Amino acid sequence: MQKLLLLGDEAIAQGALDAGLSGIYAYPGTPSTEITEYVKHSAEAKNGKVVASWGANEKTAMEAALGMSYAGKRAMVCMKHVGLNVAADAFVNSAITGANGGLIVVAADDPSMHSSQNEQDSRFYGKFALIPILEPGNQQEAYDMVHYGFELSEKFRIPVMMRITTRLAHSRAGVARLKPKAQNEIRLPENLKQFILLPANARRQYKHLLGTQAAFINDSEKSAFNQLMDHPDKKLGIIACGLAYNYLVENYPDHRVPHPVLRIGQYPLPEQMVSRLYESCDSLLILEDGYPLVEEMIRGFMNNGKPVMGRLDGTIPRDGELNPNIVARALGLADTRGNDIPKVVSNRPPSLCKGCPHIYSYNALNEALSSLTRGRVFADIGCYTLGALEPFDAINSCVDMGASITMAKGAADAGLVPAVAVIGDSTFTHSGMTGLLDAVLAKSPVTVMILDNATTAMTGGQDSAAAGKIEDICQAIGVEKEHIRIINPLQKYHGENLAIIREELAYEGVSVVIPRRECIQTAARRLREIKKQKETNKAEA
Amino acid sequence: MKKDIILAGVGGQGILSIAATIGTAALSQGLNLKQAEVHGMSQRGGDVQSNLRISDGEIASDLIPMGKADMIISVEPMESLRYLPMLSPEGWLVTNTKPYINIRNYPEMDELMAEIKALPRHVTLDADEIARELGSPKSANMVILGAASPFLDIDYTSIQDAIRAIFRRKGDEVIQVNLDALEAGRKQAMLQTGHTG
Repeated sequence: MQKLLLLGDEAIAQGALDAGLSGIYAYPGTPSTEITEYVKHSAEAKNGKVVASWGANEKTAMEAALGMSYAGKRAMVCMKHVGLNVAADAFVNSAITGANGGLIVVAADDPSMHSSQNEQDSRFYGKFALIPILEPGNQQEAYDMVHYGFELSEKFRIPVMMRITTRLAHSRAGVARLKPKAQNEIRLPENLKQFILLPANARRQYKHLLGTQAAFINDSEKSAFNQLMDHPDKKLGIIACGLAYNYLVENYPDHRVPHPVLRIGQYPLPEQMVSRLYESCDSLLILEDGYPLVEEMIRGFMNNGKPVMGRLDGTIPRDGELNPNIVARALGLADTRGNDIPKVVSNRPPSLCKGCPHIYSYNALNEALSSLTRGRVFADIGCYTLGALEPFDAINSCVDMGASITMAKGAADAGLVPAVAVIGDSTFTHSGMTGLLDAVLAKSPVTVMILDNATTAMTGGQDSAAAGKIEDICQAIGVEKEHIRIINPLQKYHGENLAIIREELAYEGVSVVIPRRECIQTAARRLREIKKQKETNKAEA
Repeated sequence: MKKDIILAGVGGQGILSIAATIGTAALSQGLNLKQAEVHGMSQRGGDVQSNLRISDGEIASDLIPMGKADMIISVEPMESLRYLPMLSPEGWLVTNTKPYINIRNYPEMDELMAEIKALPRHVTLDADEIARELGSPKSANMVILGAASPFLDIDYTSIQDAIRAIFRRKGDEVIQVNLDALEAGRKQAMLQTGHTG
């Protein structure tokens, strides 16, 4: 079969389809979004054989995947690293319940924070939950590891984490496919109490999980994704995890590394392999993208063994993603660099699209607040976070999904009145609704702007769970009907919009202003599709 | 054979169409390929780049080492200079001269052009203007690709075939206009450099 040219994300998706996936669940988040997008656009999803579904948030997605696993079918759930914080309750407990049908949790980390608020390393979550972790080193491995991961999950009846980073997620290479596998039949767990985490059951299940750890390690020792390669220069031994292996071999002609190398693609760490490398070398260099997880384990708190180099001793920067040059410097090899960037080159930060509805929402909000002291707008995660930049300079916080409303409430509790929350429609149904309930119950003097562009825009325009429901949700939560105001964020309505925002800022209770206009990008795409459809119809007629 | 290429531009300018065409051509010649892209926040009008690596051997890193890129292909003049630390001392810079101005402090054009012209190996052309003259303003990226084609070490015919494959569904007229754009860019580059591909 000819190789497919796939992004790392797409390789995971194709791998899942070929490995007998029955359902994929996710909330969009860079760099994980394209996995679910790919499955959604597949023939298998379109003809209803595979469920591909955006959840309201990562937690609901994780739970739906666990439910499909309960029913004996293969399920995948995908999220960006910070999404795993949202799903953490379900995720950690799924290690205690265990899986039935194969269950893979894909966590896409973003070292260097290309599109994120932090660069947390999901391998810590996998280790914390005591489950096996797979970390592909290239697109082909990403594909192969899905097949392997489902087998592993069903063999040990345990969820398996697949940890990727932005670089692999968004890089293309040729991928060879394996023979497609049929989906599992529905088959409930043999023990129908397996998923009941009542303390008595949970204690038993947890002991079982602890008892299985040795088997996980044993599996890692035998895994084809962990390889100990012996080479003559034993002054240094190298552990290279996932993509780091590529940066290592890039630095040597014909990719021949003179030092012994342990390549890691499956965790928990294979203890015997690590010991063999440690015993045979004078010192160790640990190469891993993200946090120094492996390095910490090998170095230990007392650091009283052989020299261990990596991110902790400064051989490699403590933050940011790896690249061939960072690894070259760590190896003491010649660094390379072209000319400096000429001084004449300006920065070009991202900005809101021309005609974006958020522009007019911020213009009106800024003017409405202009007579008050600055620093009272709590924003959230989405395109509208760009309101932090010039020319708007309109917001004062961006922390996590939903934090706008709850932080505004807290600040209002402290006496900052009025306090304003700015949140998008999809972020509102992801994690904003519960915070709004808190504010309503406390009768907080906050004004919540729910910027409704009818899509999850920042990640490329996925369906918004909030579509058509926002006023009903706000009213049901207890916001008074007369303080739910809808405005049209366009320049020609600026005066009207300004007056409405001012009225609601003056109200000493919870008010909601909904600037509503379709995202300019999704609108353009929709119009293109309508045009294409018309042309097709004309051609057929 | 090995070609490491930085594709540069502004989010929304469609640099990935150039990458897709080179990629299709490379695959048809049985070459290996890795191509790292930028998705997410930067796509909103920020600077974007793609690392495109082609080789007849195995490719390890998705990222090109600094100072080792054989080419920078840019659809925007200021963006072409942002990646000079990536370019090898023997590397080529091929860039559009039409600026994309969505920031307040965009530099003076003559200062930008002076920096570009100071490089030992460069090709500059107003791809937007050339595409407009051909009656197809949307084909500016194919003009740029044409200007880069003499330095790619990929058969020109396979690049033409790649365009035919990529635009197949859009009909013969669209294919032809893109082939013309490719050819116009290529001629410009050969004229400027004396390079014959």
